Amino acid sequence: MLPVALIVECRMSRFTEDFENPDDAKLLLREIKNLAHSSNKERIQFMEVCGTHTVAIFRYGIRELIPNNIRLLSGPGCPVCVTPNSSIDHFISLSELPGVVATVFGDMMRVPGSDSSLEMAKASGSDVRVVYSSLDALKIARENPDKQVVFFAVGFETTAPTIAATLLTAAREGTQNFFVLPANKLVPPAIRAVLDTEDLALDGLICPGHVSAIIGSRVYGFIPSQYGIGAVVTGFQSTDILYAICLLLRQVVEAKPRVQTQYSRLVSDDGNPAALKIMYQVFEPCDSVWRGLGPIPMSGLKLRSEFSRFDFSERFDVPIPESLEAKGCLCGEVLRGKKEPYDCALFGSACTPESPVGACMVTTEGTCQAYYRYRGRRIQGEDRV
Amino acid sequence: MKSGLKRQRRKDSGVKGSMEKKEQRSSEFITLAHGSGGKAAHELITRFFLPYFDNPILRTLDDQGVFKIESGRLALTTDTYVVDPIFFRGGDIGKLAICGTVNDLAVCGARPVYLSAGFVLEEGFSLEKLERILSSMKEASQEAKVTIITADTKVVERGACDEIFINTSGIGIVPSGVEISSKLVEAGDAVLVSGAIGEHGTAIISEREGISFETEVASDCAPLSEMVGAILADGLRPHAMRDPTRGGLATTLNEIAMASHVEIEIEEALVPIATAVKSACNLLGFDPLYVANEGKLVAFVPEREAHDTLTIMKQNKYGKNAAVIGRVVSKGEARVYMRTRIGGRRLVDMLVGEQFPRIC
Repeated sequence: MLPVALIVECRMSRFTEDFENPDDAKLLLREIKNLAHSSNKERIQFMEVCGTHTVAIFRYGIRELIPNNIRLLSGPGCPVCVTPNSSIDHFISLSELPGVVATVFGDMMRVPGSDSSLEMAKASGSDVRVVYSSLDALKIARENPDKQVVFFAVGFETTAPTIAATLLTAAREGTQNFFVLPANKLVPPAIRAVLDTEDLALDGLICPGHVSAIIGSRVYGFIPSQYGIGAVVTGFQSTDILYAICLLLRQVVEAKPRVQTQYSRLVSDDGNPAALKIMYQVFEPCDSVWRGLGPIPMSGLKLRSEFSRFDFSERFDVPIPESLEAKGCLCGEVLRGKKEPYDCALFGSACTPESPVGACMVTTEGTCQAYYRYRGRRIQGEDRV
Repeated sequence: MKSGLKRQRRKDSGVKGSMEKKEQRSSEFITLAHGSGGKAAHELITRFFLPYFDNPILRTLDDQGVFKIESGRLALTTDTYVVDPIFFRGGDIGKLAICGTVNDLAVCGARPVYLSAGFVLEEGFSLEKLERILSSMKEASQEAKVTIITADTKVVERGACDEIFINTSGIGIVPSGVEISSKLVEAGDAVLVSGAIGEHGTAIISEREGISFETEVASDCAPLSEMVGAILADGLRPHAMRDPTRGGLATTLNEIAMASHVEIEIEEALVPIATAVKSACNLLGFDPLYVANEGKLVAFVPEREAHDTLTIMKQNKYGKNAAVIGRVVSKGEARVYMRTRIGGRRLVDMLVGEQFPRIC
């Protein structure tokens, strides 16, 4: 008889749509239990880098199904959460300029800056519009030639290629009134920054699915080679995640850390070379400040000089307010996996999804909001949900 | 090179708007004259509203509709509809304005009878669109067996509203012996939903943003009064009913949990969701539990009545996919849990703010 995981492996590689099959889940959970037991470890810590994984883990109730000695920590993978106050303040400030249409992805709207948010700026008169893609922002620019249309370029390698393609289109069309405020970030340098955090004993990483579809799995090679732990590129459905935990556990038990791709139906070793080519045609890496993680070398994207005319801040004077981080907020520690939301005094009292203090509480993919929504304000005794 | 933006500022007079105006003819569009109370206003009422809503009470064109009352209790509700876009797959703002108010009456067990309708029209709104909306209001009210006995229109300047806003109020008669309220749920009650969830919200967002999916999702907008009437006529007595509109199923369950101080547990595997809605939500990062419905009934019924209620729901054309999705576990703390398909258990909280599509 084939080993349990192998059966599921065969089934999942058939590219069927059912990656939430309860029978597969049962098999995988049994395997996870066996491996966790045979590891002889008191505590095994994996980190899910990506916010979508954080939410998925809660939505499927995975934490409650896996053995107690496996701990899942949430990492810095929510693009909204890691955008620092200074970037948000900068964008709010430019949205207040006359004649400006500020365009953003919806989940940036409620993120608190130092003392305002885009939602508040909109209510007090700024022309802030939610778009689903930078291409929609370019369309607004075409339709409003008398306005300066600025797109807040945030997100990881997932959004950067589309933004780059939009700028290439704008350049080709000669659009004069379309700009971006570049604030895109790169995932691998942030993973490195997290792994450099002291006292964070991780045994493996659940690597992002969407980002890896662009950057490929090969880029994670430094994780086993330099940090001695495994990395599994993972999909977002329940058995995807259980299977990834299985693979990481097997690496722990065998003491053979390596990069594996569970999400092979979407992710290849090299990712999407066409998308990467466009991205680096328009952008180049630069140092960048992350909320919670601070400045990380070569972790952001800025426009190459031939595209710098699209950088709003290069073209116009925008008053840059002094930025303040919220007092007592532990978002920074939470993003590094050093603290859990429950460790924060503000969590569930001063900081709720209705009136968030820190960015991790703002978006549905933020760690704090995920805890709040799916587990409640506090864990009461042993009564874990 | 930097330059100040102030110099470039232009008065937001709307270049597009003034161009449109040139092409407009007053006979095809709403003008401020239609709101003046004069001849144009009279014409709007007699040419457009009356033919669609005609009935003896409205026809008097008095300032109020006068009607006899039966014995028993009356239910009164009001709602204002400002949906964007005004036309969407599966309905439009007019159908929504009728069904929404009818459903708000139906869920307390009332038989909807009379409606009022108030219209706020934006200057320049096309009369052709208005007619389409009135026509679907007529159709929906006929289906729901309600009569619009008083109506009002106001015209506001361009930009003061978004095309058309509609308010409807409704009066319904609650049969004697029927007592349905979100406060009356008891431990052991079965939780039923009358069909697949999340369709209205998904249809609206796809329409609004021009996102298309492999299978297009249509709004479930529909009147539920007939379904409710059939349940009550069979002698069944649900403890509580709601139509899970904004905030979706999750929000409705939480509201009932709070009103009755109960803990509810639903089973993910039992909650009906169309594959197209599921894929759309996966793509947008939405949880279908929080996506709006406009033609679904959530009912809390005594365990012994669950089977019969389900059967009656399924006999109705809007209840073919009805299902028992969970039960009320206990009295006490107001909480909603969901048992996931893979056997996990998680909290289902209220919706906070709006669901925004995720970035990546």
